Amino acid sequence: MSESPTPGGQEYEASLKDSASAVAEFEHAPRGMIGTIQHVLHGNPTFVPVIILVASITVFGFIAGERFFSPFNLSLIMQQVSIIGILAAAQTLIILTAGIDLSVAAIMVLMSVISGKLAVEFGVPAPIAIVISFIGGIAAGYLNGWLVTKIKLPPFIATLGTWNVFFALNLYLSGAQSIRGADIDTTAPLLKFFGQSIAIGSARLTYGTLLMIAVFVALWYVLNKTAWGRHVYMIGDDKESAELAGIRTDRTLRQVYMLAGFICALAAWASIGRVGSISPQSFYEGNLESITAVVIGGISLFGGRGSIMGALFGALIVGVFQSGLRLAGVDVLWQVFAIGWLIIIAVAIDQWIRKVSA
Amino acid sequence: MTEPLLKARGLVKRYGRVTALDHADFDLMPGEILAVIGDNGAGKSSLIKAISGATVPDEGTITLEGREVSYASPLQAREAGIECVYQTLALSPALSITDNMFCGRELRKPGVMGKWFGMLDQKAMEKFAREKLSELGLMTIQNINQAVETLSGGQRQGVAVARAAAFGSKVIVLDEPTAALGVKESRKVLDLIQDVRSRGTPVVLISHNMPHVFEVADRIHIHRLGRRLCVVDPKSISMSDAVALMTGAMQPEQVSAA
Repeated sequence: MSESPTPGGQEYEASLKDSASAVAEFEHAPRGMIGTIQHVLHGNPTFVPVIILVASITVFGFIAGERFFSPFNLSLIMQQVSIIGILAAAQTLIILTAGIDLSVAAIMVLMSVISGKLAVEFGVPAPIAIVISFIGGIAAGYLNGWLVTKIKLPPFIATLGTWNVFFALNLYLSGAQSIRGADIDTTAPLLKFFGQSIAIGSARLTYGTLLMIAVFVALWYVLNKTAWGRHVYMIGDDKESAELAGIRTDRTLRQVYMLAGFICALAAWASIGRVGSISPQSFYEGNLESITAVVIGGISLFGGRGSIMGALFGALIVGVFQSGLRLAGVDVLWQVFAIGWLIIIAVAIDQWIRKVSA
Repeated sequence: MTEPLLKARGLVKRYGRVTALDHADFDLMPGEILAVIGDNGAGKSSLIKAISGATVPDEGTITLEGREVSYASPLQAREAGIECVYQTLALSPALSITDNMFCGRELRKPGVMGKWFGMLDQKAMEKFAREKLSELGLMTIQNINQAVETLSGGQRQGVAVARAAAFGSKVIVLDEPTAALGVKESRKVLDLIQDVRSRGTPVVLISHNMPHVFEVADRIHIHRLGRRLCVVDPKSISMSDAVALMTGAMQPEQVSAA
């Protein structure tokens, strides 16, 4: 019986030759408004942070009035979130692989100290100092990736450790001293490149803001339009399956950490322009702020789900809240209070959306 | 006698104090369908994993086309032309059917965008994925870009089988490919297996479904207690005897050699 090319098979299978051969289609029952919203959001999870962003801009516009809506203020918000935004882009990469990186801000500050020390105190030409900081960022990322893939440490533990290591190194190298803005201006103005801005009316778009947008656009392309990007999602979704399906998971993971380290070094350069000086004590909470932006942006901490653009909107939402509450004359402590609830509400909405199957 | 295309000798695999493979042998002839049957826990899946590179055996040798090979990862086995459908299917639930079909073998756009920017050719990949699913008769999948987690168990299995069939060049290994499939889809998988063989590619089929095994297999490898008990010819043995051998109710000497 194994000889026949088209076997008759078992008796109960006789009617199969008449079975339908068209792709199945169904009419969809009306869902009602809430159901429809839930469904649309499920298909396009990035809408959620966009809606929260638009809603919060509207609300703060009413509360704080014209001062909030002025082009100057809106572009100021962009400037204020640019550094945390770039860190959030790096953080998104790691979180998409179901990891977490507590060391992003520490890598950034360490690299700004390294490029500043080299250029300002040791007279290394600024472009070389910046390239060295890029290499340093990649090396720091490689260390994280190596600990995660070779030593098999959970990312939380690996980066908790390297966070402290990088922070201590940064204090040692800087002698806990800031590098003054005036010194940077006279010896290596290139370090402040991203502090320059284009004026459009009363709005001021800094190069740092443009860098943030460029980083997000580039990563969006890489994650959605290239094979490597799809592999990052696969690894975050189910690492073992990805391995069995033929993805070099550990190699890709190390590349992810190295790319994140490089982006942190970019953020380091941008931060010098944003702050105007190099302080080893700055951005101490940057790690958590970057995670906040990612979470508010609807990216799953369990990996494999969410769009990189969500992190950009998440960072902007935090910026809008801080600016709006400040302009409305609310105490800083209540700003922190509001961000706390924002995280909880954003994740709660996310859970609600996920209940619908597509 | 022709040389086996894929041959394994004396494979041993221990997980701590559990021995999964105990000096197991394995032969796959060119162009045949070899069924592997055995009780639960007999070591069938461990044997398959050793052949497909998912685990590295502690002892023993594997030869493919006369050359000794050792795979450190499934990717290396895949590059050598061995494609496997695992019981766990190895699919990424949140990703689309298309993404899962190509996993590591994505098609790039022709020209500058593909070459320098690595841009994927989404259209071509979708078309290919749809064709492969249609070949398997998986017409109930409405949207080729829906996430695998939205598919039924059988549809997921269909996607995994379609992936292996589309890419396997030398050997295709199917671990329980019809366990979750409906009547029509099971039939399509069996037809597909025979179709693959008619193209000259040998197939290793692991299954508990005796009618299916006896229908398509050229030879049946009976696995018991971590090793190959015997190989029988489905044309000269009854299903009940095969089951008796598999469960230890009968010894190979009691059946005429295949």
